[in-house]
Amino acid sequence: MSLRIVVTVKYVPDATGDRHFADDLTVDRDDVDGLLSELDEYAVEQALQIAENADDAEVTVLTVGPEDAKDALRKALSMGADKAIHVEDDDLHGTDAIGTSLVLAKAIEKAGYDLVISGMASTDGTMGVVPALLAERLGVPQVTLLSEVSVEDGTVKGRRDGDAASEQLEASLPAVVSVTDQSGEARYPSFKGIMAAKKKPVESWDLSDLDIEAEEVGLENAWTAVQAVAERPARTAGTIVKDEGEGGKQLAEFLASQKFI
Amino acid sequence: MAEVLVYVDHVDGAVRKPTLELLALARRIGEPVAVALGTGAADTAAALAEHGAVKVLTHDASEYADYLVVPKVDALQAAYEAVSPAAVLVPSSAEGKEIAARLALRIGSGIITDAVDLEAGEEGPVATQSVFAASFTTKSRVAKGTPVITVKPNSAAVEAAPAAGSVEELAVTFSAKATGTKVTGRTPRESTGRPELTEAAIVVSGGRGVNGAENFAIIEALADSLGAAVGASRAAVDAGWYPHTNQVGQTGKSVSPQLYIASGISGAIQHRAGMQTSKTIVAINKDAEAPIFDLVDYGVVGDLFEVVPQLTEEVKARKG
Ligand SMILES: Cc1cc2nc3c(=O)[nH]c(=O)nc-3n(C[C@H](O)[C@H](O)[C@H](O)COP(=O)(O)OP(=O)(O)OC[C@H]3O[C@@H](n4cnc5c(N)ncnc54)[C@H](O)[C@@H]3O)c2cc1C
Ligand SMILES: Nc1ncnc2c1ncn2[C@@H]1O[C@H](COP(=O)(O)O)[C@@H](O)[C@H]1O
Repeated sequence: MSLRIVVTVKYVPDATGDRHFADDLTVDRDDVDGLLSELDEYAVEQALQIAENADDAEVTVLTVGPEDAKDALRKALSMGADKAIHVEDDDLHGTDAIGTSLVLAKAIEKAGYDLVISGMASTDGTMGVVPALLAERLGVPQVTLLSEVSVEDGTVKGRRDGDAASEQLEASLPAVVSVTDQSGEARYPSFKGIMAAKKKPVESWDLSDLDIEAEEVGLENAWTAVQAVAERPARTAGTIVKDEGEGGKQLAEFLASQKFI
Repeated sequence: MAEVLVYVDHVDGAVRKPTLELLALARRIGEPVAVALGTGAADTAAALAEHGAVKVLTHDASEYADYLVVPKVDALQAAYEAVSPAAVLVPSSAEGKEIAARLALRIGSGIITDAVDLEAGEEGPVATQSVFAASFTTKSRVAKGTPVITVKPNSAAVEAAPAAGSVEELAVTFSAKATGTKVTGRTPRESTGRPELTEAAIVVSGGRGVNGAENFAIIEALADSLGAAVGASRAAVDAGWYPHTNQVGQTGKSVSPQLYIASGISGAIQHRAGMQTSKTIVAINKDAEAPIFDLVDYGVVGDLFEVVPQLTEEVKARKG
């Protein structure tokens, strides 16, 4: 029986670009170059490895996002995923984490799954809550923030490196997993992979395909509201000295003047 | 006065500092009612009462240690139903965010994560967040349901505010899903004797410029002279020179100490994401063009192998 893996991937504004907010205080996704979140590349990588180690497996990448989010799906397909699903709908603009998890969960159920793999956090929202929300909505075990993961005989095992301890976790499939950037470098798409990706199927679903009402998602209906946004004032230029043998002492003098010593 | 539920982060009954900060923030909105779970839960009461908890709801069961996250969500939900609070505050650890998110979903509420400040507002608590690698600050509120908000360490000063802190046993019935993810093994982290990275007043970090695991002794010596925690860039962690638990940045810890000292760190956006809100920033880097110098209050352009040991000696001499 085939192992059906769904990987949730997000299309995010490039962190090294000039990220900012649009007039409606949502993340501006038009003026900044977007890409497949680097942290979701780790999820794709682990999905591919698990699929390679299974007798028969299929990796579907899923994104909820604007038209351009197709770029993220293409990248994941060129890494080696088998097919892609793009959930796109004008009513989704401004949806928050709770709403996004609803859309993802409905799409995952429609697609059919044994294993969901997410990244540890999106690089724009950085909440790190969507995988836990998916597990809650789907009613399956949450095996999250893994730096090591494997699947065998319908069981997922992994290592979660927490603050106080490193834990070994285990759950039966179906389950929701998230992996950290410690889980192993993601592969680069090969030329062959890039060519092959062009022929792989990308399905487009909108809210009606998922039986979701417009009133359940979007900015107006979000569970949270951003009231104000302010650019952090640039830090005032500090003192910079060149070390000419006394740099450490000068630094100590500064620390003393600030009462740190 | 409205009650505010505060989820307690503790180690065998010893309350961690971020929870005490949460109590100070909770008192701005209402009367803190604390929820402490697991081994030593009842031992948290004295510290929580000292810092303003009017009530401490406790529950211990082996499920909290044996299964991931869900048992704690069940318990927090039980506390939520028992108290009907005006807001729920949870420390912003990886686990805290997951617990808070699942609770929010169950009770039909919105969730705000990683708040760095909180104040009472006309339409409920207003949370300040630091976003896009701390280049923006936003103010947000929860628009639906009871606000569930996770708060980062070092977001408020700990305040003594003695209150009753009466201990009550919480009645918890675990859901069928509580035992879904089993913890089959646990290796506790060894204590270094240094302050906790996210809680420390001073953090001394080293990056690729430190050039080797053994050279981190230089960074540690400076940290120890200042009573500081030790941090590392991802480059240093990826090279295997320092443990991942000490990584500062987007995929490591986010720190906001009084003083941050970066040595041999270039200041990439992902590193800045985890330290840019530090009060005072100092850097030592041999490249005068390194982006970290855009952030500093004081910078030394020089070789860290010269500057850091000299600084350590000078700190020791001054401290006598
Ligand atoms: C999704 C993602 C997440 C990431 N998360 C993180 C994160 O959480 N934390 C993090 O730190 N990075 C993170 N990174 C990596 C980040 O982009 C940088 O690659 C990393 O921070 C660089 O570390 P560094 O400054 O130590 O190394 P480099 O950029 O190589 O800088 C080393 C610096 O040391 C200086 N130097 C060298 N020798 C000496 C000497 N003898 N004396 C003084 N100075 C010297 C050099 O001039 C240079 O400026 C992430 C990247 C991605 C894509
Ligand atoms: N719009 C989205 N589309 C697909 N996956 C998403 C989306 N938002 C979040 N995710 C997934 O959830 C993870 C955590 O996101 P977050 O909770 O927003 O930090 C990401 O790494 C993705 O795997």
